[in-house]
Amino acid sequence: MGMTITEKILAAHSKRECVVPGEIVNAKLDLIVCHEVTTPPAVQMLRKLGINKVFDPSKILVTPDHFVPNKDIKSAELAKQLRQWREEQGITRYYEVGNHGICHAIAPEQGHVLPGMTIICGDSHTTTMGALGTFATGVGSTDLAAALATGELWFKVPESILFELNGPLPHGVYSKDIILYIISKIGVDGARYKAMEYRGSSLRYLTMEARFTITNMAIEAGGKSGIMPVDEIAMNYVHARTSEPYELYYSDDDAEYAERFTIDVSSLEPMVALPSLPSNGRFIGEVPRVKIDQVYIGSCTNGRIEDLRIAASVMKGHKVAKGTRAIVVPATTEVWKTAMREGLFDIFSEAGCVISTATCGACLGGYMGVLGAEETCLSTTNRNFVGRMGDPRAKVYLASPATAAATAITGTITDPREFLKPESQHLLAAAESAYGQDDYLWGV
Amino acid sequence: MPELPTKLKGYAHVYERAHINTDEIIPARYLNVHEEAELAKHAMEDIDVDFVKRVQPGDFVIAGDDFGCGSSREHAVWALRGAGVRAVIANSFARIFFRNAINNGFLVIECPGAVQSINTGDELEIDLAAGRLRNLTKGTESSFVPLSDFARELITAGGLLPYIQKAHGAVES
Ligand code: SF4
Repeated sequence: MGMTITEKILAAHSKRECVVPGEIVNAKLDLIVCHEVTTPPAVQMLRKLGINKVFDPSKILVTPDHFVPNKDIKSAELAKQLRQWREEQGITRYYEVGNHGICHAIAPEQGHVLPGMTIICGDSHTTTMGALGTFATGVGSTDLAAALATGELWFKVPESILFELNGPLPHGVYSKDIILYIISKIGVDGARYKAMEYRGSSLRYLTMEARFTITNMAIEAGGKSGIMPVDEIAMNYVHARTSEPYELYYSDDDAEYAERFTIDVSSLEPMVALPSLPSNGRFIGEVPRVKIDQVYIGSCTNGRIEDLRIAASVMKGHKVAKGTRAIVVPATTEVWKTAMREGLFDIFSEAGCVISTATCGACLGGYMGVLGAEETCLSTTNRNFVGRMGDPRAKVYLASPATAAATAITGTITDPREFLKPESQHLLAAAESAYGQDDYLWGV
Repeated sequence: MPELPTKLKGYAHVYERAHINTDEIIPARYLNVHEEAELAKHAMEDIDVDFVKRVQPGDFVIAGDDFGCGSSREHAVWALRGAGVRAVIANSFARIFFRNAINNGFLVIECPGAVQSINTGDELEIDLAAGRLRNLTKGTESSFVPLSDFARELITAGGLLPYIQKAHGAVES
């Protein structure tokens, strides 16, 4: 019987010929990503046990990201503990404030993620990195502690669900719409304990940046991981960042899947997930034009440069509606710099947006746009649970950066196609050539 | 931590809703600390502000489908344990919460349907070895699939870290 890409990676990392779903394996880890919220408790656990050295500092990447720069005294303490620990351990892959970024975005962006890797982080959106053909999953602090000490972790080999994505993306439809559509079909526990594997002709229309949005939200369907096969687009992305060697794994033709779904991407429309579950997605035509108090463009889901380019292309020449505020939060410092160089900040600031440094910020109700009672927010983040972005009585809608930008302009939930004119493609085309990748198409 | 007792007794706190997420169990506004006693003050706050006032050491939380979904924060397990909760019994659990729980030696029991027959305040008895859940107040009984051997080993060891220490001898220090 054949194996899936996930099974092959786990087998290779636990020195086995083959593994089957349900089996518990102890897998070697290639990369451990650490941020300031879940790492300090792990470090404390290790200290209590008298374990004072990590297994291999070169396999660990550290960045503060949740409350950067420190939002209050307590978060300052966490960041300080993280900083001291990485110094004492001699971890060199460290992104200090000023070079920092949301961990799931900065790790691949800075060339630390290679196809075939096993990756963990004390954060549920670690699944993001699976878009580069890795097994990447989120864990808690105890797992993190065990991993930091031993370089290994136990995993139950997950069953896989195969999503075949077919066709080009229609005008105004982006990868965020694809994943919101999928979650609306299978529910917030539709992929519980399972690996969500993607393939199909739509992938060639998706840049790596767009793909990360899809694997990012695996956890929103309860998934253990999200994974995509490595193709030319993925290899170009990796080779532009690192020359480290890696191994490629592909699912066998006769691999077994718990379920298979085929999605006709060319028939999709922009999606909005209504409060308060990511699975409440509807086509935008079915969503009432609710008045929106705050638009939030950012996060590890949609804070990459392509997202900001798309939002800027919609917002160009417009103003944020009276009675609405718009907050733009680049996912990493590199994204921030690129956006500034490309003039995107001029567009956003002319429109009346607030532009933040890279941070998780209000995505998890930390700061930089926390919501008050009864306030409404349309956000490009990944979760709209009760209380996620602030007061439990606030209402959060999830959508793509294009929909977010269109909504900021009108102040009510708005179909981005009302604003996406052909000329908006120019900005993207320019950015595309600036990025040196012309072998893919944009979904606009 | 001592061996798992085979029988546990306590009172139920029932939350029927599916998909109770870790943001509700311990809101992110409290994530700037990780001391169990501090987190415990806010356990379940966004779903029931009075929970911490009512819960007694040894009590059980009873829930519907997919308990603990969302963020991977282990703080959710610590907050519940710190508040005195002895076990969570749910129709099903989200993956990371389940994993965090057993990694902490915290009891999580999958007992589909239990939530329908239990009311808040009912006294329950859990027989871990036999996989039986008795509602002493109502005189009803249901069964659950006992923990897997691996989960049981972890919980008995007191969690993942002590388990690793035991399995590998002292981890390199
Ligand atoms: S941006 Fe939001 S979802 Fe992503 S890591 Fe930060 S808090 Fe988590």
